[in-house]
Amino acid sequence: MTMPYYASPEQLMRDKSEYARKGISRGRSVAVVTYADGVLFIAENPSSTLHKVGELYDRIGFAAVGRYSEFESLRVAGVRLADVRGYSYNRRDVTGRVIANAYAQTLGEVFTQQMKPFEVELCVAEVGETPESDQLYRLTFDGSVVDEPDFVVMGGQAEAVSANLREHFLPGMGLAEALRVGVQALSAVSPATSAGNGGPALLTAEQLEVAVLDRRRPKRAFRRIAGAALRPLLDRQEEDGAVAGEEPHTAAHAPSVPQPGAPAGLGDPGAPDTGGTAGSGGEAPTT
Amino acid sequence: MSEYSAGRSGFSPAYLDRVGSSFTDFLAAAAPDLLPGRRPVPQIPVGNVAPHGTTIVSVTYDGGVLMGGDRRATMGNLISSRDIEKVYPADAWSVIGIAGAAGIAIEMVRLYQVELEHYEKIEGLTLSLDGKANRLAQMIRGNLGAALQGLAVVPLFAGFDLDAAPGATPGRIFSYDVTGGNYEERGYSAVGSGSLFARNSLKKTWRPDLDGGAATRSLVEALYDAADDDSATGGPDPVRRLYPIVYRVDAEGTVRVPDDEIAAVASRITDERSAADGQG
Repeated sequence: MTMPYYASPEQLMRDKSEYARKGISRGRSVAVVTYADGVLFIAENPSSTLHKVGELYDRIGFAAVGRYSEFESLRVAGVRLADVRGYSYNRRDVTGRVIANAYAQTLGEVFTQQMKPFEVELCVAEVGETPESDQLYRLTFDGSVVDEPDFVVMGGQAEAVSANLREHFLPGMGLAEALRVGVQALSAVSPATSAGNGGPALLTAEQLEVAVLDRRRPKRAFRRIAGAALRPLLDRQEEDGAVAGEEPHTAAHAPSVPQPGAPAGLGDPGAPDTGGTAGSGGEAPTT
Repeated sequence: MSEYSAGRSGFSPAYLDRVGSSFTDFLAAAAPDLLPGRRPVPQIPVGNVAPHGTTIVSVTYDGGVLMGGDRRATMGNLISSRDIEKVYPADAWSVIGIAGAAGIAIEMVRLYQVELEHYEKIEGLTLSLDGKANRLAQMIRGNLGAALQGLAVVPLFAGFDLDAAPGATPGRIFSYDVTGGNYEERGYSAVGSGSLFARNSLKKTWRPDLDGGAATRSLVEALYDAADDDSATGGPDPVRRLYPIVYRVDAEGTVRVPDDEIAAVASRITDERSAADGQG
């Protein structure tokens, strides 16, 4: 008979933390930055189908780093929670705080009770009517939840990216400016750029996954910015380092007629009745 | 009740189970009491105590499809509502109109809207138009028991088919029966108590290559004709400024046609008819 080894709770927790941290630090970083009209998600993600950023509800978005299968199941759980609450109460009763709490509970439970903790770090972002009411919740693998102002950085070299962002971030930036600051901060540590092992100075549109929660959009605020919409935004910043925040961001937004098969919500925010905003179960019928 | 208040104890296992992208299927596992089809069916016919919605009309045109409904709900011989809305956007590319027991129908529409949006968020893609039509059929099928006690719900579904073959009309209409039968209609369709008259009207006014304006007129006229002969269908009401609700689905997505536009069409129809020697 072998006796089970004794390990102190402190040791166990330390080991689990170290394990989770190692897993997360292998991944590429994600930055979630507030800007004048909402929240901008920037992820270094060469895959165009395995998303790190997603929509949870009308005004709530999700970003994650770490093990894909784990955060994908958490994203789906978040969508389900939001939809069940919105269906059984009202769409206005779904808040980022409720979802962040559920994530915190689940992550905490898994961390303390299971052998293997989740190797993920999440951010739940919610846009309000004004920049002051925007919320960013950052959730770590052990279930701790922090309400952060301005921006959240997660993943491999979060500290370095955070330091860089802290230097350049200004409250109330326009979309192009916020994107420039974010991409520059991610590029400074990325192995895919000249800062790492050589390559272009900044990450290119193909290496980035970008999305916004735009408070000016009615109902569903989440919108991906990809391909034809993203490239001009990125190009503009290479030409002249500082693009004024007053640039008309609508010009760079997705075309008002979404590509066939594109998910709803890719329309032009200037024309709220197009592509994806008019429908999708917005108003609860009240008769 | 407890399963969907996941805030306090984290997600229950059903939430984290990564299978399926259907909201209805998920509810069946996590909170079955929220589903309309899961309730005990009344033992006696109850059709006369619940408000019923009436006529819905849908027509295709060269750029997509239109759907409109009158504003009346009836309860036996009473008018229970003059301004009920019976046509809703289902998602960005489709609309749904309902005739039958209003309470159940509206609940079903809400569930259907969430169902489509849920799929879209989880999969990152919208369902195909045929997929959406089929999904709705399954919901109607679940209501058969209640339908036999007088609480039937019969929807009309229409959408813009993003995968339509070149040359084929992108606007498509699907009708249903109480057993969940799902039939694709050619050109136009109507459901509800006034549908017989509306369809006869459309037979004379609708042509396959109508433009948007002519199709709108054809649709409003069909509702006018239905209201003329069916007591449960409401006509245009200039006194209260209540006009049919019309949605248009075209390449730009689902848009509600403004009331002013419908009011103008309706008043043109009444003017023309009163000019025609008072014979309607």
